[in-house]
Amino acid sequence: MSYHYPVLQVIIPLIGAPLCLLLQIPRLVGLFAIVVSGAAFLISCGLLSQVAANGVLVYELGGWAAPWGIEYRIDYLNSYLLLLVSGISTVVLVAAQSSIKRELPENRHTYFYSAYLLCLTGLLGILATGDAFNVFVFLEISALSSYTLIALGTDRRALTASYQYLIMGTIGATFIIIGVGLMYMMTGTLNMYDLAERLPEVNHSRTVLSAFGFFIVGVCLKLALFPLHLWLPNAYAFAPSIATAFLAATSTKVAVYVLIRYVFSIFGIDYVDSVLPLKAIFLVLGLVGIFAASVSAIYQLNIKRLFAYSSVAQIGYMILGLAIGTKLGLAATLLHMFNHALMKGALFLAIGSIVFRINSSQLNHLAGLGRKMPWTMAAIVIGGLSLVGVPLTVGFVSKWYLVLALLEKGWWVVTVLVLLSSLLALIYVWRIVEWVYFTPPRIILDDVREAPLSQLIPVWLLVLANIYFGLDTSLTVGVSKLAAEALFGLLGAGH
Amino acid sequence: MTALAITRLNDLFAVVMLSGIYSLLSAGLFLDLDAVDVAFTEASVGAGISTLLMLASLKMVRRHEEKTRYKPMLALGVVGATTMLLIYGTLDMPHFGSAEAPIHKHVAPRYINDSMAEIGVPNIVTSVLASYRGYDTLGETLVIFTAGVGVMSLLRVSRETKEQEQQKVPADMQQQIILRIVAKMMMPLILIFALYVQFHGDYGPGGGFQAGVIFAAGIILYTMLFGLSTARRVFKSQVLQMLTAVGVLIYAGVGVVCILLGGNFLDYNVLRHDPVHGQHLGILLVELGVGITVATVMITIFFKFTWRTVKHKYLS
Amino acid sequence: MDSFIGLYNYWIVCLLMGIGFYIVIAHENLIKKLIGLTIFQTAVFYLYISMGKISGGTAPILDDKWQLYSNPLPHVLILTAIVVGIATTALGLALVVRIQEAYGSIEEHEIQQQNAQDQLECQLEAYGFKKNHILSPKSLEE
Repeated sequence: MSYHYPVLQVIIPLIGAPLCLLLQIPRLVGLFAIVVSGAAFLISCGLLSQVAANGVLVYELGGWAAPWGIEYRIDYLNSYLLLLVSGISTVVLVAAQSSIKRELPENRHTYFYSAYLLCLTGLLGILATGDAFNVFVFLEISALSSYTLIALGTDRRALTASYQYLIMGTIGATFIIIGVGLMYMMTGTLNMYDLAERLPEVNHSRTVLSAFGFFIVGVCLKLALFPLHLWLPNAYAFAPSIATAFLAATSTKVAVYVLIRYVFSIFGIDYVDSVLPLKAIFLVLGLVGIFAASVSAIYQLNIKRLFAYSSVAQIGYMILGLAIGTKLGLAATLLHMFNHALMKGALFLAIGSIVFRINSSQLNHLAGLGRKMPWTMAAIVIGGLSLVGVPLTVGFVSKWYLVLALLEKGWWVVTVLVLLSSLLALIYVWRIVEWVYFTPPRIILDDVREAPLSQLIPVWLLVLANIYFGLDTSLTVGVSKLAAEALFGLLGAGH
Repeated sequence: MTALAITRLNDLFAVVMLSGIYSLLSAGLFLDLDAVDVAFTEASVGAGISTLLMLASLKMVRRHEEKTRYKPMLALGVVGATTMLLIYGTLDMPHFGSAEAPIHKHVAPRYINDSMAEIGVPNIVTSVLASYRGYDTLGETLVIFTAGVGVMSLLRVSRETKEQEQQKVPADMQQQIILRIVAKMMMPLILIFALYVQFHGDYGPGGGFQAGVIFAAGIILYTMLFGLSTARRVFKSQVLQMLTAVGVLIYAGVGVVCILLGGNFLDYNVLRHDPVHGQHLGILLVELGVGITVATVMITIFFKFTWRTVKHKYLS
Repeated sequence: MDSFIGLYNYWIVCLLMGIGFYIVIAHENLIKKLIGLTIFQTAVFYLYISMGKISGGTAPILDDKWQLYSNPLPHVLILTAIVVGIATTALGLALVVRIQEAYGSIEEHEIQQQNAQDQLECQLEAYGFKKNHILSPKSLEE
């Protein structure tokens, strides 16, 4: 059976989603979703260990060999992210049970879980596949289900946020298929590894260059790279808390993955260097994004929006790691993808608990909550510190490697800027601390109690993961380095 | 030219009509380019379903678009840059119609030369769609299903309010007896045609997706003439919802059965002793799954839309 | 001149893409934006289908009478893309219907105005300028 793991990874949630709709009973649907997502998580663990033991796994769908059929190809990079996505999804679903009951009317529960599993399917499908067009199909599955998840938010602004995301996301996806189409035109193949082999022959052509241009812009729209991030803050702010926690922790990471996969595995970094100053562009956009988004975050009055802007800033760090263009830089990016998912998962779940209790995410409504909900607030503080990059947390580990990579390259100025930007993060985290612990309540908090255990446990699971992976970095750093080496190695083999 | 007219017109109704015509023209062009299956789909989807949905939602909104206020220079700049990038890209392209282009040399020849022996279906598009790249098609079915879930969740009304309110709503076009009789006679024909398209996809253009759309169109015609409440009585929304899921499950289920029989996911060869028969059976089943999901999702979406607009018209 | 004739089909694609994309960005009416998106996507369909054509070829349905067939793969891809397109349009329209219900308008700037007002109200309320600033969680449960 373990031979079928690569496909089971994706089709278990794929089959789970329609079953959810058939099941209908709101109480059971939530539990069912946990079981499905948990199964996907177990399989991803199995996959990672298989990759560690046997190297790259290839699975031919429909039994057709690669360039004719579609194949799944699992290596360190995607098995690591599969583990991350399915793991976070399972933890978030545990907290979802009570939170969704509060935030959505009962007749929408089935749809919510169904869309959630569809989104999970889409994300896992993008990660697992080795076919350029198949990426597009699963991208759309995850995109359409995220629009649905966001639009389920109760505020009417959720609708416009979702519409805006739909327009931007569809433009992004269409750019991606133009890119794929042009590449197909020049090579006659859609398989990523076949493409990587055949592209060098036609590298000089203007068509491939334009394919690359379309592709990069499309993906950057999807991953909300500054200044293409406009859809993100509203989408995250008005979606149901659980949807925000899931999307913030996973979906932009998957878009970054797609970028890495195409730049490194298909086009090859040498080609990218030769035609386009992509590293310089990424460097500038990354840095500007970090600063602009962090400053915006400082001025936000809604804590969900605040962390949404902070997400845009964190994407800047990931892009910065790519801009360095060395193995260590890539490893830092991969590491930060994992770590950032842990932080944002914890933070947005904790915010979900706040909304659960006081039905608001306005910053000043949080005043005085430090005493009423000590555990939840402590979680937010630790998550925030991790975001700043304080030692003993995962945030420190990823910043550390980023700085190492920058120093290795000798980019002193950028290093200083990165450290300065952490101060900005400190400011917005401090604002929250100030409201929560040092300001008298603005609203009546008599009836407010600590969040229920069913939410505290997932939140603290992620918080402890933040600390654990901050201390014991063998798994994350090890796998990131292996994945980065494999990406550069593959490149060497291609040329 | 139609596309240009669309940008200039402010009357949304005309715009929607024009976009329908545009889709029909596109379908004609696809036909000219030998893409019969694509032409078929574009005609039924672009000119049919999407125009209908647009019209249904137009009923609710103001008919005229307001003048855009700011000077769209930035937009022109972005669009110009994108178009230039694409034109730049075209400069090194293989020429249109050239048989020497890379895409005709790699991968595709196998489909053209071997698909008859490997799958035994004359329509190559069907073989590639349902077998070689069957997994993409599973994804596509799931996309439709996702849209269905999305629309259902967005436009959901609770059953009690619906039943109360339905009493007050007269059915549209119910007075027109001749139309109703003609429609009654047409219905079985349309549905039979849909079934023909469904099962004939192996030999001619067509298949689950197109059949699903035609089937849905038949039901939609019925709804328009006999009123939403009558149609709802015949097609219970609960059942429709169930069926959308069933279609996906049939498709994915075939894949799982293949695993259980010792093959890879969606490897139809193992379904029967003779691989070609296995492929036949597999394609038949997955196309059925696609057809069910597409038809039911389209009908559901249409019901949801008309219900909203009817409600808007009579109850507010 | 030769290259012009060889590429004209692709230039039509570029033109259509430009028009569609322009409608999406520059127009403020939400339905019109969706129509623009459809045109934009159709342009991509042309791109794919055009590349599959072989002069003198025929539709890819095997028959003894023909030797040369157009490439079936782009057709398959575009079938998928059409389906994705209609799915997106349907979902987009559903959102438009809901937006119309919630805002009473589908013009972008009117919606933005209302959003800005929502935002302002939230802030005022947060700073205690509004009468119902005593927001007890209990009252919210009712």
